[in-house]
Amino acid sequence: MPFLAKWYDLRDLGNAVGAFLDWIRDLGGPDWIPYVVSGLIGIVAILLWLLVSQLAFIWIERRVIGRMQARIGPNRVGPWGLLQPIADALKLLLKEAITNRYADKPLFWLGPVLIFIPALVVFAVIPFGEGMSLADLNVGVLFVIAITSINSIAIFISGWASNNKFALLGSMRAIAMLISYELVQAFALLGVVIFAGSMRLGDIVAWQSEFNTWMFLLQPLALVAFLIASAVEINRSPMDISEAESEIVAGYHTEYSGIKFGFFYAAEYFAGFAVSAIVVTLFLGGWTAFGLERWVPGWLIFLSKLYLVFFLFIWTRGTLPRLRIDQLMAFSWKFLLELLFIHILVVGAEVLIWHEGDYPAVVVLPIFAVINWTLAVALVVGWATFMGHLRPERRAKRAVLTQELGATYFRPAGGHGTGPMGEA
Amino acid sequence: MSYEEVIFYFVAAVTVLGALGVVLTRNVVHSALFLILALLAVAGVFILLSAEFLAIVQILIYGGAVTILILFVMMLTRVRDMPQALDGPQRPFAALAAGAFLVLSVLAALSSDWPGETREITVVPFREMGEALFRDWAVPFEVASLVLLVALIGAIVLARGEEGE
Repeated sequence: MPFLAKWYDLRDLGNAVGAFLDWIRDLGGPDWIPYVVSGLIGIVAILLWLLVSQLAFIWIERRVIGRMQARIGPNRVGPWGLLQPIADALKLLLKEAITNRYADKPLFWLGPVLIFIPALVVFAVIPFGEGMSLADLNVGVLFVIAITSINSIAIFISGWASNNKFALLGSMRAIAMLISYELVQAFALLGVVIFAGSMRLGDIVAWQSEFNTWMFLLQPLALVAFLIASAVEINRSPMDISEAESEIVAGYHTEYSGIKFGFFYAAEYFAGFAVSAIVVTLFLGGWTAFGLERWVPGWLIFLSKLYLVFFLFIWTRGTLPRLRIDQLMAFSWKFLLELLFIHILVVGAEVLIWHEGDYPAVVVLPIFAVINWTLAVALVVGWATFMGHLRPERRAKRAVLTQELGATYFRPAGGHGTGPMGEA
Repeated sequence: MSYEEVIFYFVAAVTVLGALGVVLTRNVVHSALFLILALLAVAGVFILLSAEFLAIVQILIYGGAVTILILFVMMLTRVRDMPQALDGPQRPFAALAAGAFLVLSVLAALSSDWPGETREITVVPFREMGEALFRDWAVPFEVASLVLLVALIGAIVLARGEEGE
């Protein structure tokens, strides 16, 4: 086939696809065919990659978490339990997907389908390598924020349609958290957009490569805030309050079983990869790595960074205990958002000074980095001290909600009243 | 029929179906979900006009924020006790208001001067839009955000007032 002749550079997968598309265009026919074909190639490629990564990471996550919790983890199916994800998938496929009698049937079916869409569509704008993005939108960052906000509709549908109070409670918690942390996410990304002067994800990567820096070196606070908000967004411990097993069974997917539950499980991984991809693109230089991209394919650099970020999420899951819902909401509104307001103000002022004075980037950027790092540390410590979080509480307090509901609790006779967990 | 037309008629059909679903379903939650469908389909029309920014803002504001607020209110209030749409003495007024609005929009559609056949779509660059909003029209923008701030503080005051302090 003639288009094979152009496959000369294996570093760039986009090159091969481009050659293939040129060949199709040369065949003639209506002008929309290359668009449809390129869209289909992109979708199939991304979906295959996601499924393979997901299978790998189910195994990795279970083994790593097992290791962190001083147990072995899956080790029965295949060597080192390597076939465990496949066994899991088969089990989910073969099990009966029960629909309870009082569920809202069409919506109950729609929930698991819709939960996939945001997690998949986000990948349309992610540049996997130079020119290797499905749709290079000029408002890419905004697209990412808008699409991830659709998630809450799917969560509401599945929680409401189940007709189960735990499911409804779970989706209420999930939506409350999503709304609160969406703002944090948007403000964290705003700082990046101000620095790069573009919302196109490819341009932001190019900016980082041009000035030989990674965005997180310049804006550490934005990265930390975005990582925390993302952990909430993708429902991972320690922020998995909307599906806290010890409190509300499994949250919004309590009633789902079989492959429908499998959809939620898979969508969680897909969303995790999506969020990691955004972190890599905006904060960790995307497909570039200080000149390494000349020797190694860009998409390989991108994927290795992505897996590292995803490993970070697994790590926090294995390390930190689950937070309480009121703690998490207060953390968003009373802590992260204020710090990000100040951060945006400082970043905006820095960019203004830079562009007005026309200073060379080599001089200005290290100064900005030092300012922002000091500012980040000072802000976190200062605000925590101001809010009284720095010293751990000596007397355990009960959750505000429990107090308002008038829950009874044990009060030792004769002793001064403390909570059930409090010290005398 | 060119492929733009195929896409347009598909999106338009979805919009109309969603809008009909809002008023025709008896279940309030289903109405809200149909509203989301109609609003998201309008974003499709914007994309067809190469107004990517407008389309994404439509998804963000209407798909992600406004309708979620409606759904959240439904979850907090006891919508399950009255799943049927309410019917009351306000019915004739509602019909009158809806009819008047229909007449108004039909008149507006008939009397406006449509540009007719166009081959060119003017794409407003994203940067210019930002400059217009935050440089040329900064004062109206600030006034609008002040109004929102007042509404926000008012809501907090109203919500806090019940505690009786």
